[in-house]
Amino acid sequence: MKRIAIAACSVLLAAPALADTLAKVKDSGAITLGIRESSYPLSYLDASQKPIGYHIDICNRIADAVKTQLKLPALKVQHQAVTSQNRIPLVANGTVDLECGSTTNNEARQKQVAFAPTTFVTNVRMAVKKSSGIKGLPELNGKPVATTTGTTSVQLMRGHEKGKGVDFKEVYGKDHADSFLMLETDRAVAFVMDDNLLAGLIATSKAPADYAIVGEVLSVEPIAIMLRKDDPAFKKLVDEAVKALMKSGEIDKLYAKWFMAPIPPRNASLNFPMSDKLKELIKAPSDAPAEAFNKK
Amino acid sequence: MNYNWNWGIFLDQVKGGDETYLDWLATGLGWTVAVSLTAWLMALLLGIAIGTLRTLPSRPLATFGAAWVELFRNLPLLVQMFLWFFVVPELLPKDWGLWVKRDMPAKEFITAAVCLGLFTSSRVAEQVRSGIQSLPRGQMHAALAMGFTLPQAYRHVLLPQALRRVIPPLTSEFMNVFKNSSVAFAIGVMELTFQARQMQEDSEQGIETYVAVTILYFLCAIIANRGMAVIEARSRIPGLIGGSH
Repeated sequence: MKRIAIAACSVLLAAPALADTLAKVKDSGAITLGIRESSYPLSYLDASQKPIGYHIDICNRIADAVKTQLKLPALKVQHQAVTSQNRIPLVANGTVDLECGSTTNNEARQKQVAFAPTTFVTNVRMAVKKSSGIKGLPELNGKPVATTTGTTSVQLMRGHEKGKGVDFKEVYGKDHADSFLMLETDRAVAFVMDDNLLAGLIATSKAPADYAIVGEVLSVEPIAIMLRKDDPAFKKLVDEAVKALMKSGEIDKLYAKWFMAPIPPRNASLNFPMSDKLKELIKAPSDAPAEAFNKK
Repeated sequence: MNYNWNWGIFLDQVKGGDETYLDWLATGLGWTVAVSLTAWLMALLLGIAIGTLRTLPSRPLATFGAAWVELFRNLPLLVQMFLWFFVVPELLPKDWGLWVKRDMPAKEFITAAVCLGLFTSSRVAEQVRSGIQSLPRGQMHAALAMGFTLPQAYRHVLLPQALRRVIPPLTSEFMNVFKNSSVAFAIGVMELTFQARQMQEDSEQGIETYVAVTILYFLCAIIANRGMAVIEARSRIPGLIGGSH
């Protein structure tokens, strides 16, 4: 019994060994992309349940680079749906090789996983009903504010709440659609979330003209493709593939395709011009975490 | 697996606050127990009443009981949670609806406890009904022949025996209430599952988080089980079902 306990402990406490994704991909003949089902327009399912989006396109380019490097033109690209709860364990345990969703690169996560150079920058702001007349954080004092459980927005609201002495009444939706429903049904007067997701929810809502994205930027968050930690060969390949897209200007075309033009499923455009921050990051690619951004 | 284990995480401070993750889980456990016990109390009272109705000779009352059971038994719990939280307030007059949505104290808790209580009441009712119907018919006839009224026959002859018989299935139901209470996270009750999701996102130590939460749910269920076992032993009447002679 004691021996079993010691063995169990040593398994649980073992220092992480170097991962070798490329060897794994070569052996299995397949690479698995982690996808999100409703992270517009980075990674979501179209009407036929096929994963599409800005990050899916970028991941497919990375998969092409893997094919070239391993000389495996027949490499299979598989998809595995992930959620914000299971994405990190699934990358860590090898179920998913590249997570192509909408994951914020931050210091806590860098202890578990590695990130490709930042390919999107989101600002955390709030969506409100125009009729409420709310323009900023101080007006939320004593009012119910919606956010989604298990997202970084919760931390930001908590941080701000202390900093500014504004008394939010936080209400929680289990996913973005539920949180938006809280705003729609007046359970909350504002919904705090990444602005691209808010824009997507508003564009697909029943009355897009009723809503506006307003207020202070609570945080600037670098969004990146996620991969296993301690895998220098694979990280190098991913970095180079992403940097090549940035250098050739192809990433601007991908951005325009997903953020400035009509996209499925409703053929509505997000009209979401590229931020200056992302332009900078395309000129000088970086995988620095969110903490490095918000220090400035 | 390439995972950075950290079992000390529970004592770490959460981001942007001065509590520890252990405090979060303790708060979560508190809400889980509060929702479960409130719902169970409701379920027992309503369930015994409805289960009894279903066995009465009165047609309308029996039909009412049957309708109640089928209504709350045939919809998934999560759907019922959403119906109470998102749909019912829209059916009220506008001012009341807005009050329920904005100003009602502990609105998530009340909605969750009522919803879970009604859901579980239909299951308790079925067990109470089967308990009553498992008694020999002679019990009722003998009671009535002795001059008991119908309510007296139920109160002094049928229910005391039937309720003792259904303690074992009610034990499972009591344990289920704790497990089912996890659905309350979907409407924003800050119970264990909710706190687990928050903690895993905040700390990125998902596996440790869910191991801890698993143990806490297990403890809740096993304590419920042992508590009911004590009640079962104490209420046993020698010579009746399953009693030691």
